[in-house]
Amino acid sequence: MADTSRPNAAMGRLRKPLHFSLSADRGWRQRFQLAATDLEDGARLWRLVWALALADIKLRYRGSALGPFWLTISSGVQIGAMAFVYAGLFRVDIRQYLPFLAVSIILWNFLSSLITEGCTCFSQSDALIKGARMPFTVHAARSVVRNTIVLAHNIVVVVAVLVIMDVDGSFYSLAVIPAFCLWVIDAFAISLLLGAFCARFRDVPQIVASMMQVAFFVTPVMWSTSILENHSRAELLIRYNPFFYMLEILRAPLLGTPVTADVALRALFISAAILIVSWIGFARARGRVAYWV
Amino acid sequence: MAHLTAFNISVDFPLYHSDSRSLKKTILGHASSRLGRDRRSRPVVQALRNISFSLRSGDRLGLIGSNGSGKTTLLRALSGIYQPTAGSLSMEGAVTCLLDPGQGMNLELTGRENIRLRAYHLGLFRPETELLEADVEDFSELGQFLDLPVRNYSSGMILRLAFAMATAFPPEILLMDEWILAGDANFMEKAKLRLEGMVRHADILVLASHSASIIAEWCNRLLWLEQGCIRADGPPMEILKEYLPAHAFQELKTGHADGGREGGEKSGQGIR
Repeated sequence: MADTSRPNAAMGRLRKPLHFSLSADRGWRQRFQLAATDLEDGARLWRLVWALALADIKLRYRGSALGPFWLTISSGVQIGAMAFVYAGLFRVDIRQYLPFLAVSIILWNFLSSLITEGCTCFSQSDALIKGARMPFTVHAARSVVRNTIVLAHNIVVVVAVLVIMDVDGSFYSLAVIPAFCLWVIDAFAISLLLGAFCARFRDVPQIVASMMQVAFFVTPVMWSTSILENHSRAELLIRYNPFFYMLEILRAPLLGTPVTADVALRALFISAAILIVSWIGFARARGRVAYWV
Repeated sequence: MAHLTAFNISVDFPLYHSDSRSLKKTILGHASSRLGRDRRSRPVVQALRNISFSLRSGDRLGLIGSNGSGKTTLLRALSGIYQPTAGSLSMEGAVTCLLDPGQGMNLELTGRENIRLRAYHLGLFRPETELLEADVEDFSELGQFLDLPVRNYSSGMILRLAFAMATAFPPEILLMDEWILAGDANFMEKAKLRLEGMVRHADILVLASHSASIIAEWCNRLLWLEQGCIRADGPPMEILKEYLPAHAFQELKTGHADGGREGGEKSGQGIR
């Protein structure tokens, strides 16, 4: 009894002096400072982020025999079925179409779930948010990491298709690395923004979900840009479609083709815009999210 | 040295999801003082208004007041979950808040996995995590249940786990809601010993409770909240004398801990 009545002495020595102060909203200077502190504290908790994201995946597939490999299987089935149907519809050679479709669909599913799950990153963690003080960036990062783990399972399908269809990697494939980093950073920023916005306005997740549905059809995911060559009006679909550029910078290197400077610059420009808007939005909303969820 | 200072803290809850027009009717109908409007005339509930106090090491503050008087909101504001609408908060020391036993835990995960999540949250490394796990296992006496999902626990078991996790890594400032009362007598005794040990080592406790006996026993200062404001602030017995109905206070004074709990609940009804 005597042992347990007192907190463990050895652990007492691990205490670090901790100072914390918080005041009511004092304008933008304080908001940006708090947002920066939030990011810094969140980065320090990367192991918590990883554990939470991993637990999400584990729980989703607990009790199933194949577990998370259902992700791989269902993507494989989806792509296999679509490839045969659409190769027939578009009258293209399946040997060319299948690798394109596999990469496109897997990337689009990744992008789409990053955005739709980013919307609920705060409202779904309401118990954690109201139970203890925790950096808000942890919840956004959790959504990004969780979806990246899903992608890691799905990418098996892409690799299999690329190997079977004998698509050669090239020097250009190295661009996958910076492009992927850009995606992850953008997704994190968008989750912060949309997560806060959707916590406040509960209709927005539904609106975003239906917009992603539309975006799927107007973005060259299933079809390639060459189809639109003689339709000057339809080309606008691509020219002013941010999803196209973001998709292309990751898709092209995966298929072993070069990313054009035009696409790369526009993708960078879009990312910069996302980062700036998200950071301002997050700084503005951060202190209120706990009231909203 | 730990300290905690609240300066003029006010918290307004926005009422976004209610129809403001019908709300207007309600306000005009029965002029309740706590539904108001903020500067941009949005409807709000004024949960806390101008709360100021200062605590130093060794202070054990009790919070009393009827349901909805702002006790839990004050605890949340003190732990930094709610950024106050006005005023400021400053503290020195590691804070742990025990607001709701299930909160902050993932009910689908096992007790052990939840302990590990807590360790990550605290930023502990492997040897420290093992210490935490051993301590929680020992203190909570959950045995094999630690390897089962928390959703299979009884509420008393969740409470044991939550309390053990919160106090194993000794917090310098512990903010606690009244649910600790749900523990069985044996566990209560153990929890009390541990809290006393913690407070003996010059830490701060803030406890919200309806139980006069617990408050009288554990706290050396009492804050009486009413409608989000401080109604009285002082030594527990003085405040309780005013707060409790006369017979309940007499019962408490004659000093049997068991009757006191009942008295506390009675008083909650008596005040309204």
